Amino acid sequence: MSFPLLTATAAVPAIGAIVTAAVPAARRTGAKWIALAFSLATLVLAAIALVRFEPGGDRYQLTESHAWISDFGVRYELGVDGIGVALMALTALLIPFIILAGWHDADPLETKSSRWRPTQGFFALILMVEAMVILSFEATDVFLFYILFEAMLIPVYFLIGGFGDRAHAGGDEAGATQRSYAAVKFLLYNLAGGLIMLAAVIGLFVQAGTFSLAEIAEARANGTLDMSTGMERWLFLGFFFAFAVKAPLWPVHTWLPNAMGEATAPVAVLITAVVDKVGTFAMLRFCLQLFPEASKWATPVVLVLALISIVYGALLAVGQRDIKRLIAYASISHFGFIIMGIFAMTSQGQSGATLYMINHGISTAALLLVAGFLISRRGSRLISDYGGVQKVAPVLAGTFLIGGLATLSLPGLAPFVSEFLVLVGTFSVYPVIGIIATVGIVLAALYVLVLYQRTMTGPVNESVRSMPDLKLRELAVVTPLIALLLFLGVYPKPLTDIVNPAVEHTMSDVQKTDPKPEVEAAP
Amino acid sequence: MSATAVHSLWTTTAAEGIDKIQAPKIEYAQLAPVLIVLGAAVVGILLEAFVPRKGRYYAQLFLSVVALAAAFAAVVALAANGYGSTKAHLAAMGAIAVDGPALFLQGVIILTAIVAVFTFAERRLDPVSHGNRIDSFAAQGASVPGSESEKAAVKAGFTTTEVFPIALFAVAGMLVFPAANDLLTLFIALEVFSLPLYLLCALARRKRLMSQEAAVKYFLLGAFSSAFLLFGIALLYGYAGSVTYARIAAVVDGSVATVDPVLADTMGNDALLLIGGAMILMGLLFKVGAVPFHMWTPDVYQGAPTPVTGFMAAATKVAAFGALLRLLYVVLPGLRWDYRPVMFGVAIATMVFGAIVAITQTDIKRLLAYSSIAHAGFILAGVIAMTDEGISSVLFYLAAYSFVTVGAFAVVTLVRDAGGEATHLSKWAGLGRRSPLVAAVFAVFLLAFAGIPLTSGFSGKFAVFKAAADGGAGSLVVVGVISSAIAAFFYVRVIVLMFFSEPKADGPTVAVPSPLTMTTIGVGVVVTLVLGLAPQYFLDLASQAGVFVR
Repeated sequence: MSFPLLTATAAVPAIGAIVTAAVPAARRTGAKWIALAFSLATLVLAAIALVRFEPGGDRYQLTESHAWISDFGVRYELGVDGIGVALMALTALLIPFIILAGWHDADPLETKSSRWRPTQGFFALILMVEAMVILSFEATDVFLFYILFEAMLIPVYFLIGGFGDRAHAGGDEAGATQRSYAAVKFLLYNLAGGLIMLAAVIGLFVQAGTFSLAEIAEARANGTLDMSTGMERWLFLGFFFAFAVKAPLWPVHTWLPNAMGEATAPVAVLITAVVDKVGTFAMLRFCLQLFPEASKWATPVVLVLALISIVYGALLAVGQRDIKRLIAYASISHFGFIIMGIFAMTSQGQSGATLYMINHGISTAALLLVAGFLISRRGSRLISDYGGVQKVAPVLAGTFLIGGLATLSLPGLAPFVSEFLVLVGTFSVYPVIGIIATVGIVLAALYVLVLYQRTMTGPVNESVRSMPDLKLRELAVVTPLIALLLFLGVYPKPLTDIVNPAVEHTMSDVQKTDPKPEVEAAP
Repeated sequence: MSATAVHSLWTTTAAEGIDKIQAPKIEYAQLAPVLIVLGAAVVGILLEAFVPRKGRYYAQLFLSVVALAAAFAAVVALAANGYGSTKAHLAAMGAIAVDGPALFLQGVIILTAIVAVFTFAERRLDPVSHGNRIDSFAAQGASVPGSESEKAAVKAGFTTTEVFPIALFAVAGMLVFPAANDLLTLFIALEVFSLPLYLLCALARRKRLMSQEAAVKYFLLGAFSSAFLLFGIALLYGYAGSVTYARIAAVVDGSVATVDPVLADTMGNDALLLIGGAMILMGLLFKVGAVPFHMWTPDVYQGAPTPVTGFMAAATKVAAFGALLRLLYVVLPGLRWDYRPVMFGVAIATMVFGAIVAITQTDIKRLLAYSSIAHAGFILAGVIAMTDEGISSVLFYLAAYSFVTVGAFAVVTLVRDAGGEATHLSKWAGLGRRSPLVAAVFAVFLLAFAGIPLTSGFSGKFAVFKAAADGGAGSLVVVGVISSAIAAFFYVRVIVLMFFSEPKADGPTVAVPSPLTMTTIGVGVVVTLVLGLAPQYFLDLASQAGVFVR
């Protein structure tokens, strides 16, 4: 038996979580280093998986399959396609930066009772989330995926509610109230989505008699799986609802600004750059693959909802006074692009959407983590409390600008490639929607540049006069992310090579082909 | 009739009677679990009379645990000998079934009872009073609350060690209840386990008036439901001319053509069948705590001593659902189309009502009571499936649920302030800061109640919903997941309170329990996680056990 690489990528952070949680209260710093070491080990394993993955090979590679709960027809089945392996690698890549960025976020304010160990808990929870997210990108059994999809809510919930942003206008008491409100809102939205999905999961099993993606695909291919159109649509809706909440798609997006506003910046990155990707990933993997007909049936509505997300998110981002909420609304706009790319059902759109997931993860991480450094220096999330930062902390301002430019998809930075692909892919089949979606790009320029202008330029605000520039730890977080943004912006080929074959598979699942170009290429 | 005839009754028919009335054949070995527990209960009463006061607690605790362990060993031995599957049959002249579901549920009830007895025996939570360690039960049940005699009893260090034999009697009744194979045995088993429970409910050491009120309420409503059950039995007897399950089922099927001449007017009358069946169902649904027969649940759960609440919430539900399953699957399968719509309504009402009303609760025990109502609704969804999978999923759910319940109530006994247990939710604020371990354990139980994956609650919920969907009750599944989402709200609210709220200055303290309660809680956590992560073995067990003998 070969080494279970995929299991290892999830087992290492899970073990890391347990080890970190078990570190005694006094050894706080040790716990941090242990968590970082485990996250780096995971990154190494993910890199090995990425290298061992052959883009031209089988659809699902590095597969593992073991009996688990045979009564439920459930197997522990893992396997990655190009999309899965790329997102898994993204997760493994971002977690060390998140841990490093949150190095001091969970230090106890005062030494309370010796049994309360927030630091250990914080890093253990992050690793726990990492393990679950990675495994959910690898699961090829619907039930296994569902379990992880639901279970990952619990550690995220504790991360939001237990370790809020200390920069709160209303003081500690109000902060605690808003924090637990945000945590509960997050959990209830996602739990409700998940439970609706549970009904659909059960319905799928009743129809198909198995949870295995491969077996369902096979049954569909040879015609033994005969799902009525109505049933397929209901099941699709059940799955899609859960993923739309997670993604989040307008109008079930409202938990995200609360959660991202109240969580610490690293946790906000964890939510939007890592956990939410499970939602969009699952749309590609489960909605389209399991219910191709229903997906096509729902396409017009989904596209309109995505379009609303794009424009509405961007408009609200323009109006925000709170830096983190601004980034949250920007993310909603970006998730609109991702979902639009997925449901445009063209290969450009879907490759674009997959690249978008990765690039959005990196660019949001860069922007939000720098914003977090900024906020922790001044102790305020309000844009109006800043001004002229670039004169006192030029490196901070510079990295913030690059993160911002990536967010607005400046050509040369990675997100441009994906946004362009999504728009081209959509335009070729739904020109009107493609055209309206470009409004989102214009608005992105507006909210990013206005944010930069108000916080970084102009006269130096009194309160930021003594603001220190980025420290070594913070630079270690930001520099690699920016380097990656530049590299993938100029040379996205390694990524597209991995992603494209998987997209072709998905396209053939929904039996869609790209429209023929109207102008024949010159001979 | 002449005088000689009367004489002959006394003289000659005695000889005839020997031919006619045969001594019943009792398979003692197969009834061993019940007999051991009953015997131990009787011995416990004798201990109460003859063992000096000082030694009683230890003697009773030892006896109870040994008896329950022996009974469990007997259940395992029976199952190992194939009585759960191939050798399943009716013992004691057809009165008691020895089959898979019966043995499975008896095993669950006994294990639940063992961990519950540990919480009964806990004496380290309250501070020592007058030099004596005290438990959760009144010093002297007969003394009037607040009276001089009560004070004297407390001062003298009396303890109500009779709770152990009383609980054993209740366990014995519960063991018979899901195994009862005729309606009279069913009724007797019901009374045998109900009466001790009424008594146990009244014996709280603190808040005695509330506890007694709970007991009276439980008794009155329980008696009421027993009366329904009994009346239903009478009507079904009129319909079928028999109280045995097999015979009634045969008459319902129409496979019995002969009519008992005495019952010529009533036999085969469908009105009697329907009304009688409905009344028996009512009696059982009352014990289960299904809407609209749930009214007693919150008051009784709140008033009863918490260890008793835990025991009752877990074991009664197991026993009553066992009896309900047997009744529906063995006696009334021919009536499926008549009662299914009604049971649909009951299940939906139970799930939705339990989940919605729980939201407004401010007392942790009442909250758990309403949550138990919602869970009864989930289990009913599996019961209604009317497939083999329905049986095994319900068996599994009951096993999973009972350990979570006993564990959760055991945690409730730990959180205390000057007035005893601090059950008001506001007092639980910030518990996670003060005692992270206790709060984390309770959070695990709450997540299991909420049915979050990787806990036993999810496995159970998935099993019953899958069975319901397979059995054509998809609408119940949809209602089930919606009420699960509603229910999640109040479980989460408690977690928020414990972990994200600042502790209050005058908040409760968490008592450090003896190894007894620790065992109870530990077993609860382990079972919750094992059944969540690797439920396969237990699902197999439940599905092997999922065949009723007729």
